[in-house]
Amino acid sequence: MIALIDYGAGNLTSVRKALTALGADFSTPVRPEECARYCAVIVPGVGNFAATAALVGRWRDAIADTVHGGTPLLGICLGMQWLFEGSDEAPDVPGLGVLEGRVTRLRGNADAGLKIPHVGWNALDFRGDARILSGLAPQSHVYFTHSYAAPVTDACVAATTHGETFAAVVEHGNVFGVQFHPEKSGDAGLQILRNFLAVTQQRSLSTPRAEAGC
Amino acid sequence: MLTKRIIACMDVRNGQVVKGVQFQQLRHAGDPAELAERYNVEGIDEVVVLDITATLESRQALARTISAVAHRIFLPLTVGGGIRSEADAAAAVDAGADKVSLNTAALSNPTLITTLARRYGSQAVIVAIDAKRRGDGFGVYVRSGTADAARDAVEWAREAESRGAGEILLTSMDRDGTRSGFDCEMTAAVSGAVNIPVIASGGAGEVQHFYDVFTDGRADAALAASIFHYDDTGVSELKHYLNTRHIPVRM
Repeated sequence: MIALIDYGAGNLTSVRKALTALGADFSTPVRPEECARYCAVIVPGVGNFAATAALVGRWRDAIADTVHGGTPLLGICLGMQWLFEGSDEAPDVPGLGVLEGRVTRLRGNADAGLKIPHVGWNALDFRGDARILSGLAPQSHVYFTHSYAAPVTDACVAATTHGETFAAVVEHGNVFGVQFHPEKSGDAGLQILRNFLAVTQQRSLSTPRAEAGC
Repeated sequence: MLTKRIIACMDVRNGQVVKGVQFQQLRHAGDPAELAERYNVEGIDEVVVLDITATLESRQALARTISAVAHRIFLPLTVGGGIRSEADAAAAVDAGADKVSLNTAALSNPTLITTLARRYGSQAVIVAIDAKRRGDGFGVYVRSGTADAARDAVEWAREAESRGAGEILLTSMDRDGTRSGFDCEMTAAVSGAVNIPVIASGGAGEVQHFYDVFTDGRADAALAASIFHYDDTGVSELKHYLNTRHIPVRM
C-alpha cells in the first residue's frame, strides 16, 4: 500500500486516476504516524512552496523516518522540490532535506521566447542509468508546469533545459523525484509511475517484516 | 527544448462532440472519450473540452464527459464553457479537469481568476479571450462573441496575467471557422505583452497555418477543432510537417 500525501497543495484527482489505471494500491494517511504502515510514499503537489509548510513538523518527521528506514519515496513537481533543503519561493519553509541543494526560480528570457512558468512538453536528457527511467527512450518528452526548479546535482538522473538546465528527475537510493507531471505525460509518464511501483514491489518482497502492511 | 503544443478542442453538447465533424473511423460518432483516445494515439499534446450550451442539464452531462475523457487519456485536460463561479470550476476539477478556461466570467468578475489561482494554482487557470480587429487594436467580445466588452485584448491579457492566470487562450473571431489561418499579428501582440503562454485559436485550415502562428505569431501553443476531425490533416501528419520545418514538437 502506497501513502499518497494530501497536504492541500493542488488537486490529486489526476494522480489518483493514473495510479488506479496502473493497478496500484494507495490511500491517503490522515495522521503522520500512519506513514510508518505504508511500503511507499508519494508526495505530489502543485503551487507555491509555501504550501509545504503544512508538512513542517510531524508530517515531515514521519516521512523522514520512513525514508531513512528504506521506504521508497516519490516526489512529484512541488513534491520533488520539497525533497531538497528549501526553496527561494518560500525561504522560511524548510524542505525535507534528503537531497542537497536549494530550489531557485527559473530565469527565462522573454526576448528569446523563454517564458516563465515553463509550461509544456520538454525533453529528458538522461545522465546515467536509473531505475526510475527504466524502459524510457532518451529524449522522451514529458509535461512540465513550474516556475522554480532544483539544481543538477549527483542525484539528478535526467535534466531538462529551458534557458538553464535543471533537474527533471532525481534518484538517490530510495528517494525519487520528478519535476514534471507523470500523470499528465502520456505513455512516458505512466512508465515512470510503473517503475516506481516496481521499486515498491521489490522493496515489499525483500522486506521480511509484515509490519509494513504492503 | 520546450516544444510547441498542439491542442485539440472538442465542442460538446449534452455529452456529444458537435461542429461539422466527419467521424468515419469512429464506431460511436461524436463520443468525446473515443475521439480523445484517437487524438492521444496520434500524438496530441493536450485536449480542451468546451461545453457550448452550458445549461444545467448540459452541466451534468459535462461532468460525465470530463470523467470519461480523463479516464482514457493521461494528458492535460482543460474544460471551458459557462464556468461562472468557483463552484462550476470545482465541479470540473473534481470530475478530472486539470485546467479550467474562464471567458465571460473572468471579465465580469475578475477576482474569480485570483480565487481559482489561489485554490488550484495558476497553472490550472486559463483566461480565454475572444477578440477581433478594431481600428489599430483588438477588441474583446464576450457571451460567445455577441457582446462588446469594450476592452483591448492586449491590455486585458496583461491584467489577466497579473490577476493570476496561467495561460491565455486567444481566439480570433475574424478567423474562427474560416480555415484561412490564425491571426498571427494579434497573437504576436498578445504573446509579446505577457510572460505566460499564449494558445492561438481560430482559423486553422492547413499545416502551414500552424508554422506561421508558431513563428510570426509567437504562439506557445495552437488549438484547433474541426481540422483534426477530418482525415486529411491528422495530428501526426501536422507534427511531422512542423518537425521538418524545424519547429520543436513532441513526436
